[in-house]
Amino acid sequence: MLTTLVVLPVVGAVLALLVSRERAGLARSLSLAVSLLTFVVSLVVWLQFDPASADFQFVERYTWLPDFGVSYHVGVDGISLLLVVLTTFLTPIAMLASWESIEERVREFAFFMLMLEAAMIGVFVSIDLFLFYVFWDAMLIPMYFLIGIWGYDRRIYAAIKFLLYTMAGSVLMLVAIIWIAYYHRAVTGVPSFDLLDLYALDIPGGVQTWLFLAFTVAFAIKVPLFPFHTWLPDAHVQAPTAGSVILAGVLLKMGTYGLLRFAFPLFPEAALAFAPWLGLLAVVGIIYGALVAMVQPDLKKLVAYSSVSHLGFVVLGLCALTVNGVHGAMFQMLAHGISTGGLFLIVGMLSDRRHTRQISEFGGLKAVMPKLVGVFLLVTLASVALPGLSGFVGEFLILMGTFTSASLPNARLLTAAATTGVILSAVYMLWMFQRVNYGPVMNDRNRGLRDLSVREWVVIGPICALAILMGVAPGWFLAPMEPAVRRTVGLIVGPAASGPLNARVAATADGALEPTGAAAQAPVAPPR
Amino acid sequence: MLNEIIPIVPVLIVVVSACAVLLAEAFRRPGDWMPVGWLGAIGLVGAILTSVTLWDRNAVGLGVIVLDNFSVYFNVTIAAIGLLTILISTGTAERDRLPISEYYALMLFSTAGMMLMGSTRDLLVIFIALEIMSLGVYVMTGLQRGNPAGAEAAFKYFVMGAFSSAFFLYGIAFAYAMTGTTKLDELGLIVARVELDPNLLMVLSMVMLFVGFAFKVSAVPFHMWTPDAYQGAPTLVTGFMSTGVKAAAFAAFTRVFLSTLGPLRIEWLPILSAVAGVTMILGTVVGVAQMSVKRMLAYSSIAHAGYLLVGLAAANEAGKASILFYLAAYAVSNLGAFGVLAALSSADRPHDDIRDFAGLWHERPGLAGMLTVFLLSLGGFPPTVGFVAKWYIFNAAVQADLIALALLGVLTSVVSVFFYLRIVVQMYMTDDRAPGARPAVPAVAAAGMVAAVVAVFYLGVVPGGLLSIAADSVASIF
Repeated sequence: MLTTLVVLPVVGAVLALLVSRERAGLARSLSLAVSLLTFVVSLVVWLQFDPASADFQFVERYTWLPDFGVSYHVGVDGISLLLVVLTTFLTPIAMLASWESIEERVREFAFFMLMLEAAMIGVFVSIDLFLFYVFWDAMLIPMYFLIGIWGYDRRIYAAIKFLLYTMAGSVLMLVAIIWIAYYHRAVTGVPSFDLLDLYALDIPGGVQTWLFLAFTVAFAIKVPLFPFHTWLPDAHVQAPTAGSVILAGVLLKMGTYGLLRFAFPLFPEAALAFAPWLGLLAVVGIIYGALVAMVQPDLKKLVAYSSVSHLGFVVLGLCALTVNGVHGAMFQMLAHGISTGGLFLIVGMLSDRRHTRQISEFGGLKAVMPKLVGVFLLVTLASVALPGLSGFVGEFLILMGTFTSASLPNARLLTAAATTGVILSAVYMLWMFQRVNYGPVMNDRNRGLRDLSVREWVVIGPICALAILMGVAPGWFLAPMEPAVRRTVGLIVGPAASGPLNARVAATADGALEPTGAAAQAPVAPPR
Repeated sequence: MLNEIIPIVPVLIVVVSACAVLLAEAFRRPGDWMPVGWLGAIGLVGAILTSVTLWDRNAVGLGVIVLDNFSVYFNVTIAAIGLLTILISTGTAERDRLPISEYYALMLFSTAGMMLMGSTRDLLVIFIALEIMSLGVYVMTGLQRGNPAGAEAAFKYFVMGAFSSAFFLYGIAFAYAMTGTTKLDELGLIVARVELDPNLLMVLSMVMLFVGFAFKVSAVPFHMWTPDAYQGAPTLVTGFMSTGVKAAAFAAFTRVFLSTLGPLRIEWLPILSAVAGVTMILGTVVGVAQMSVKRMLAYSSIAHAGYLLVGLAAANEAGKASILFYLAAYAVSNLGAFGVLAALSSADRPHDDIRDFAGLWHERPGLAGMLTVFLLSLGGFPPTVGFVAKWYIFNAAVQADLIALALLGVLTSVVSVFFYLRIVVQMYMTDDRAPGARPAVPAVAAAGMVAAVVAVFYLGVVPGGLLSIAADSVASIF
């Protein structure tokens, strides 16, 4: 099943390349069809997923390089399941969003998009570290081409910076991965790259620090955690809309996913030792990202910096090492994928119409394009975490989890500082929204812009629907994650620490789809 | 008596096919076409087949030639390099104004020397093989008569090569003076006996041999000839010598240092590690500054020598096997890349300046795609064979506790990615079009490149077979 998810886009990519040059439209439809099919398959996986289990499901395992302990081992648990679905959900949307803006080299665009999708799914479903690294590294190439070929003026600089920056971080991780595999051999006699084997290892404390740092730098660059974020604004601003949507929607989550799946549970002692520092960097990132976003004249750059701020919340939630914090971080990953993906889509639509992304060029769009501004408002509010929309649940859980965190000293101070980030995000987002959409139409070129087309409705509609759905029924998304989140937190802080909370799960276990814990108290506001 | 000959059969077949090429040229009437390339190809296929049938036989001939699995592996690798070279040369060599018959004959003789170099256990025979190989390559470097750059490159290469041969010979002489033998196995026994207290002459001999090999594999600081020779030589020759010479030299290097001189590892490890580190750094950092693609690939080949030296320094089972695997991986990626360069170069537009590649994707998407695959493999991206090869080398280094070398290796490979991608940027991401038409690609050469692409992906996704063959091969030395 999961192999199908990985292979399907690859097959589609190759087919798209085989289409003759004259029939580019066919390649376009074909790639959309394949990505939709992949989405359907991922939904089937979700439907058949047992939300009560913390284990990996849909596991497939074949030996690959037996002498080295490398196997093709894939599976999903609650942590990766929804990220896979997010990937397959955003890919067709990104394709459809570029339906008209990508005119040249359509086949190749379809090829790289589908290859990217396959690699992203591969990253989320790999349970073998070697396999994970293969997908992790392979993913860079299609993204590099997407930015470098279809991007804006400074695309080459941005593409190379993206690639080298990410790669420099990940090669250190490669050495660390090899080290652990052979530490496994030193302990048990056989090398293993299998995550489940490696979880069981007890790595000595001093070495843990180095290994943890090697992994964490790789993931921190991807997130991007302050101060490793400098590649992000360049990549986002220069990338085509589809690239930005995937970059913000999925790629950044790989960093936080990696922290939660690999860096923290593999090296728990180091994780506990470094969590306060990472948490501090996360809070710095939240506030710094927000402040920088506030003064951006360019819409895309503003959204890019808002990602730095929002991903700071995710990292903070992870560093809290409480069930609520991690649970919230997971939810926030999805919510950010939806809301920021939506924002990039809307910015793309504006820039398709006006060929500029400068905030000062716009103004008074509400009178010109009421429908577009309506969805813009919804997505903006989802991004600023208005209760009832997707952004709220994650941030609330994160802040709550951080407040009660035992592993962060000054947990309350950090929470308070992070909370200012919530306010700041409202400031920069709403201020931007106001400058773009309200007031009189000052610029003549803004008159007579056409409103949302049918295609654009299809692109943005699902995003809006999900933003509302995730706000009013967060339990649907939180419930399948919960067992895996508890298990992972248990791996890091030890089962004893997550014990009392487990009792609470048992109490609410009968209503599997009911929001649990704090989410149950999330006020449900009517969608606008 | 006949049994004594068996181990040399593969080499002999190649020599015979080289002679056949020469004879064909001698009896060719002016204007006639002779299938000289195919003659060579038949010889190389014969060499591959006979080598494969001798797998696991460990035949020894004439006391000095040994066809253990290690030799078989290198025979096949080197013959395959020759075969791929012939494929990509078909049709492009004429266009490059190379005298076809001389080119193929020299290449085959040189190939025979390379194969011999991997399958002997006597220092003197290694030297002879080295000379057979090198003489062919020197001449091939200057084969474009009337190209002053080629003549200069050949001369430089020859002088430097002769110089390094002298070092090598000196090393043999010292070893002989110490032990009274040039046979690797006997030498190895004596070295093992004096392991804890090696005398100065022994260490000197080791250093001299090291210098000789380091020249041939173009390790820093003995790399000076590489960029000039690679740039001046005809593109196809550069492809052949960057892969074949490296493979043969590393075959002998591995045999001598990891088996015979293995007990002296404590003496040579610091030297080798330092050289490996400097080679990786210089190769990649200087490579970044190149505007000539051939020069860039020359520095890339220096960097790859550095990675191979890391495998040598690791000196464990994985290290030895990783050298073998890496050489095959490098050969197929690098030859493929040079094949594309050769297919693109024409008299008015040699495709040497990096800007010549501007917009290649629009005009020749197939060639651009294949070159991208080869460059990504050289840069070590999954799912290509280059990634597995690098991973294997660093695997060995980590196992041998050479973490610093492994880190240096991965970081320099990031730098190398930068310059490989400079070509990709030109091909895909610039809007300028370079003037001048690009020539058509001969079908056979295209087939050769497609075969290389298939190999790059196949060995990248299912490397298990070749990995275990490499491991079996190194298990057989001594």
